[in-house]
Amino acid sequence: MPPVLVIARLTVQEASRRRLLIALVILTLLVVGFSAWGFNKIATVTTENGLPLPPAQVKVITSQLLIVVTFMYSGVLALSAAVVAGPLISSEVESGLLLSMLARPMRRSEVVIGKWLGLAVLIAIYAAGSAFLEIAAVDWATGYVPPHPIELVLFVGTEGLVLLSLGLLLSTRLSGITGGVIALVAWLMAWIAGVVGDIGIGLQNQAIENVGTVSHLILPTDGLWRGAVFAMEPDAVLATLRAAGTVGRANPFSAVDPPPVQFLMWVAVWFAVMLALSVWSFRTREL
Amino acid sequence: MAEVAEKISTAAAPDGAAAGSPAIHTVELSKRFGKTVALAGLSMTVPRGEVFGFLGPNGAGKTTSVKLLLGLIAPSSGEGWLLGRPIGDLETRRKIGYLPELFRYQGWLSANEVLALHCELAPLPRSSWEDEIKTALDTVGLTDRARDRVGTFSKGMQQRLGLAVALLGEPELVFLDEPTSALDPVGRHDVREIIRGLASRGTAVFLNSHLLSEVEQVCDRVAVVDHGRVIASGTMDQLLSGTTVRVRAGGLEPGDKAKLVRFGELDDEGDYMTFANLNVERVPELVAAIVAMGGRVYEVAPRHQTLEDRFLQLLEEEK
Repeated sequence: MPPVLVIARLTVQEASRRRLLIALVILTLLVVGFSAWGFNKIATVTTENGLPLPPAQVKVITSQLLIVVTFMYSGVLALSAAVVAGPLISSEVESGLLLSMLARPMRRSEVVIGKWLGLAVLIAIYAAGSAFLEIAAVDWATGYVPPHPIELVLFVGTEGLVLLSLGLLLSTRLSGITGGVIALVAWLMAWIAGVVGDIGIGLQNQAIENVGTVSHLILPTDGLWRGAVFAMEPDAVLATLRAAGTVGRANPFSAVDPPPVQFLMWVAVWFAVMLALSVWSFRTREL
Repeated sequence: MAEVAEKISTAAAPDGAAAGSPAIHTVELSKRFGKTVALAGLSMTVPRGEVFGFLGPNGAGKTTSVKLLLGLIAPSSGEGWLLGRPIGDLETRRKIGYLPELFRYQGWLSANEVLALHCELAPLPRSSWEDEIKTALDTVGLTDRARDRVGTFSKGMQQRLGLAVALLGEPELVFLDEPTSALDPVGRHDVREIIRGLASRGTAVFLNSHLLSEVEQVCDRVAVVDHGRVIASGTMDQLLSGTTVRVRAGGLEPGDKAKLVRFGELDDEGDYMTFANLNVERVPELVAAIVAMGGRVYEVAPRHQTLEDRFLQLLEEEK
């Protein structure tokens, strides 16, 4: 097996042996069970006149609640990716674990890419698995399925990969705690910058709107989050938002349009740049 | 910033083909960290099959030298070759074993799994892994703990595991950086036996250590490094010529002791004085001089100079 795949396998194996995977599975099952109960209440609750909510209203409420629940999932994914990626290389440099491995015929780029690949596999599995369970639970409880479930998984999963890439880059130079904290703060700031951009849209102020646009380019997590939101919005909600004009766009839990193709292309470039920077940074680091 | 060497090169050492070239050859290899000089122009040659001791006090540049030779850090200037190939050459690393000073292995893997991982990275043919792992574990005395997680190992056992990792694949050159720092006397004895075993099959060993008795017992040649410079090198016989005389005497004033330096370099430890490079024939003359000064002699012990005597003497000369 090529060294890059050996390192990727080792990363997955470590997460498994350290019980990270089982902890995430148990937590996800708890959240899915709890949210299924909550969503079921929307479909069965009665109004003042003793009648259940009309199906259209159940759909709208469910879609909005699902967006909030998904935000929590994306937060868990971002937190996990940042916390796990932060010490991915730095802890092994500090402990000396990498010394004997790097004395083998293995390039440092293979260590960086192998670790990225291993954690990316875990993120993809977690994103797909938790999304499948949550969507199945919501479908069972209310009969509602978001309009674009595949895109939803892709956008949330990619958001996790962005945090992984940032955490890994920081891990080539900074300690695990420092790198993890910086990655998390960057994620929160990008989200806040997205909200600021929304305010700019609402106020029709180009300068403030640009804050959101620039933040999407520096750290594309919020832009990807908006893609996930769009994938969860039923036509009725979209129509209402579009009718509201700029006010309808000024909300971090709403998206009137899917992310532009140019943005998605930029995300691909962003990943390439981050990985290249990580490789360069680690290759020039003295152990 | 200099990029750490990592290349597949066809360039051979200037003095011959790879097969006949020395295990290690360096020319003015140096390393600076900012303004600190960690290694100032290391030039040396270690022939194949030789056990080479690299001595020095803490912070002398020993570990820096090993890391430079293995391509883990980039030299500020100078050149070096391992087994005839430039340092950092990936192909050469197939033939090298390394036990770092800071040894640490995946605590969540078993000893077997750690060794299998290194067999895979080495890379060794899969069909040979079982035998390689069995032999390595047997050599370092960890066969009984092969299936146990490394996280449950004591520090000494982890160092033994590190030694096993370094022995995989019958390397042509092995770097051992303070290989007995966590071992008990039995473990140290075992390591000496392992080093002798390596030498007997033609493996060159680069032994970094400040445990001088250990080096004295196993090394063919040594180099003493201090403040990033080699201050002496040669075979044991070349380095340890001369006799040291240790005297226990009372009643001498500092001024009297100063007059005794004519007998040889004096290490004054109060009642004990050690004279370096003093011919045994001059011992009666020394005793007479002490008595003449009013001193009382309780004990006189001439002995061959040990590596520790010579090491301390060299460091003293450097001050």
